[in-house]
Amino acid sequence: MAKKIDSKIPEGPLAEKWTNYKAHQKLVNPANKRKLDIIIVGSGLAGASAAATLGDLGFKVKCFCIQDSPRRAHSIAAQGGINAAKNYQNDGDSVYRLFYDTIKGGDYRSREANVYRLAEVSNNIIDQCVAQGVPFAREYGGTLANRSFGGAQVSRTFYARGQTGQQLLLGAYSALSRQVKLGNVELFTRCEMLDVVLIKDENGENRARGIIYRDLVTGEIKRCSAHAVVIGTGGYGNAYFLSTNAMGSNGSAAIQCYRKGAWFANPAFAQIHPTCIPVHGDKQSKLTLMSESLRNDGRIWVPKKLEDAKALQAGTLNPNDIPDEDRDFYLERRYPAFGNLVPRDVASRAAKERCDKGFGVNNTGLAVFLDFKYAIQRLGKDVVADKYGNLFDMYQEITDVNPYENPMMIFPAIHYTMGGIWVDYELQTSIKGLFAIGECNFSDHGANRLGASALMQGLADGYFVLPYTIQNYLSDQIQVPRFSTDLPEFKAAEDGVKEQIEKIMNIKGKRSVDSIHKELGHIMWEYVGMGRTKESLETALKKLEEVEKTFWSDLRVPGQADTLNVELEKALRLRDFIEVGKLMAYDGLNREESCGGHFREEYQTPEGEALRQDDKFSYVACWEYQGAGKAPELLKEPLNYEYIKVQTRNYKN
Amino acid sequence: MDKNISFTLKVWRQRGPKEKGQFVSYPMTDIPTDTSFLEMLDILNEQLINKGEEPIVFDHDCREGICGMCSLYINGHAHGPATGATTCQLYMRRFKDGDVITVEPWRSAGFPIIRDLMVDRSAYDKIMQAGGYTSVNTGGVPDANSIPISKEKADLAMDAASCIGCGACVAACKNGSAMLFVSAKVSQLALLPQGQVEAARRAKAMIAKMDELGFGNCTNTRACEAECPKCVSISNIARLNREFICAKLKD
Ligand SMILES: Cc1cc2nc3c(=O)[nH]c(=O)nc-3n(C[C@H](O)[C@H](O)[C@H](O)COP(=O)(O)OP(=O)(O)OC[C@H]3O[C@@H](n4cnc5c(N)ncnc54)[C@H](O)[C@@H]3O)c2cc1C
Ligand code: SF4
Ligand code: FES
Repeated sequence: MAKKIDSKIPEGPLAEKWTNYKAHQKLVNPANKRKLDIIIVGSGLAGASAAATLGDLGFKVKCFCIQDSPRRAHSIAAQGGINAAKNYQNDGDSVYRLFYDTIKGGDYRSREANVYRLAEVSNNIIDQCVAQGVPFAREYGGTLANRSFGGAQVSRTFYARGQTGQQLLLGAYSALSRQVKLGNVELFTRCEMLDVVLIKDENGENRARGIIYRDLVTGEIKRCSAHAVVIGTGGYGNAYFLSTNAMGSNGSAAIQCYRKGAWFANPAFAQIHPTCIPVHGDKQSKLTLMSESLRNDGRIWVPKKLEDAKALQAGTLNPNDIPDEDRDFYLERRYPAFGNLVPRDVASRAAKERCDKGFGVNNTGLAVFLDFKYAIQRLGKDVVADKYGNLFDMYQEITDVNPYENPMMIFPAIHYTMGGIWVDYELQTSIKGLFAIGECNFSDHGANRLGASALMQGLADGYFVLPYTIQNYLSDQIQVPRFSTDLPEFKAAEDGVKEQIEKIMNIKGKRSVDSIHKELGHIMWEYVGMGRTKESLETALKKLEEVEKTFWSDLRVPGQADTLNVELEKALRLRDFIEVGKLMAYDGLNREESCGGHFREEYQTPEGEALRQDDKFSYVACWEYQGAGKAPELLKEPLNYEYIKVQTRNYKN
Repeated sequence: MDKNISFTLKVWRQRGPKEKGQFVSYPMTDIPTDTSFLEMLDILNEQLINKGEEPIVFDHDCREGICGMCSLYINGHAHGPATGATTCQLYMRRFKDGDVITVEPWRSAGFPIIRDLMVDRSAYDKIMQAGGYTSVNTGGVPDANSIPISKEKADLAMDAASCIGCGACVAACKNGSAMLFVSAKVSQLALLPQGQVEAARRAKAMIAKMDELGFGNCTNTRACEAECPKCVSISNIARLNREFICAKLKD
């Protein structure tokens, strides 16, 4: 392997790296900023905060999103909260502790320098949001309130009821709207990026100089040029069809970059969230997350006796009739120290283990109970209603079951993807001038993300990291005039996109996009899901080939391509989800260890806990595209822990 | 536990903003009542696609009541019969066997139809751009705890801030007024010290933009409040009016 990966980590002690970087990086002077265009694809927390900040610095920004308004990006759905090392509770929190918890939570598969910087800027985020008028929860004394979240022993999570993502996104959207008014940001709503355009510089090196996009209302294919392109398009969890992501969430922009040469890092690292409402039928379109906070007071159990489980599945037994001694509170049994509050990956796998053994409930056998009976006995119904009332109402509306009287049923579901486009310390991908921020990059969460840390990362990238690092790139671009979209590179990229669309429209088969997407999702969940083996991953790769064949031979997209066509939009995304699926399987197959969200059944302790293989796999797996139909090539970025002692995660005692 | 129902859907279909639309009836059979309303439309669309027809176009994304993307006027109600819920949070158990269910887009001068049930709500973005923010740049702001804010004020601001920008208030209003939406943002920011500084100016700018974009006047019919999926209160409109009068007095 000839290619050496340079992650551009600055010199110096951990705590000084970012300060040093900022002190020595190159900047662009105000007069020159106006001459530089930046495309930002995505208007979620990452994209909107970056667009607003770069706009207020004076750059000319073009911001794209697929929804009808930037405010509707999927970040809006985050419920729980956002972490910061403010230590307002005086409970011993610090930048170092947040850094440490994030590295440990990620099962020692992330970069120390990046994570430290994240913890460092976390505090600025809270200040910024408050200044924007984000109505965070407050104590009676008027100061900000905090709550604790899985995987941490301090209270460092800031929240706005159960709508933290919404409030943070509306804050960023407000700032973005102001920049639109000031003429610094131009919005392209209902516009979907379909390719990135690369142009060679005088040294023959590729640089990202624009995008090809489809106006989703008119169906027109258009070109847009800039000095740099930033991708902030979110995660690829919808490869599983059913996930907690929004219907439009997709991995396409990331895959387009990958096909143009950007490395895709750690694709196998996906997070399965333990507390989702179980699947109810084959017509279901998405899974609803029940906030993790429920695990603070709810007790998770399944029956001890197989016959009870069978009766529950058949609907002949009421769970309330099972006495306590016949209930298996398996998390409390296996992890006495953390109990129901173990990290997400641990809780999810434990639920799967019970269901695999036949103890699952619901008519499918694929659910466990989350019981509030004990909390109601201990605290009273009013207190429970006050804390969780809106969640209980939501649960009842969806399932028609009253959680005050019957235990809730939950099951794990795909929720977040830690893997993504590889970026260096500057958030630049392996292609010059192409940057990636937010969930779509791979950077900070290693093999598992802690609760309330995605919002933190998205806003850190957008408000406080990218606006610095991108200047280091742009500073020598000030002589480069604006690009004409008439250049042959733009034409070639547009022709490529049009050709693909035509090909899809001409299949004229019998299967709807959704029916093939469901098939893909089924394969992913079955063979690349919570427990993976060499065999299952190899099976997945074979089956994914078949799905791809079905797609290209039997897909039916009604209507025309040159007008609004929702099925065509979905078909293009499905094409890329199949590629995502393959990447996940390749990566999972290569990573012969269990860590964080990636559980290879061959690598576990006798008690069934994840077993890392640090001597072999302490690296970031970067995958490089080799062309259609070819296996991608693996490049390794070694992870060297200089400041933290690598340990086995232990949530038992 | 759950049963299946059959009913008739009458759906508004319209190719483009300038084209003539019409209701089209679709018989729906054996739909499980634990299906959500949008999943029911997915089922219908799948049937249409399998017949080689074009599916019904409607906006949606999060399907959990927070992004504000879904719309739909169902049986004469914005977001359908449930209160305090969006269309995507509506389940078929609310309907009965044999029902006729009418589905229309938001109808309002401010929200032109794009196709079928999808409308153009970009006017809301324009109103926000007119002043729905605090004028701060990134960085250089004070520590988050430097200004105490009473829990009561913070909670009221949060009530107003829970608006999801769906447009149901406009669709429900016979005048097509966007006052509830505008007042929610103006109130949220006016209640907090960070936003109070520009409160009067903001109210004036946002209302001027709303008028310019063809939204109607508020005549206090309260239809908006009744249909708002987030129960945003019209007391916010009173607060907006106070800020607006302040602004006028300063002129
Ligand atoms: C239900 C749920 C609850 C969560 N709760 C929490 C929580 O409590 N705390 C926490 O920290 N994290 C939480 N998360 C995770 C967190 O919300 C996300 O990781 C984060 O918001 C992602 O932000 P983003 O800006 O990277 O992407 P997104 O918000 O997903 O934005 C993606 C943007 O890209 C645009 N886009 C996508 N593709 C294209 C394209 N091809 N062309 C043009 N535009 C495109 C979209 O329109 C959108 O604007 C939760 C996630 C879910 C699903
Ligand atoms: S005020 Fe209510 S109805 Fe109006 S846009 Fe906001 S959430 Fe929708
Ligand atoms: S789809 Fe998001 S609110 Fe209904």
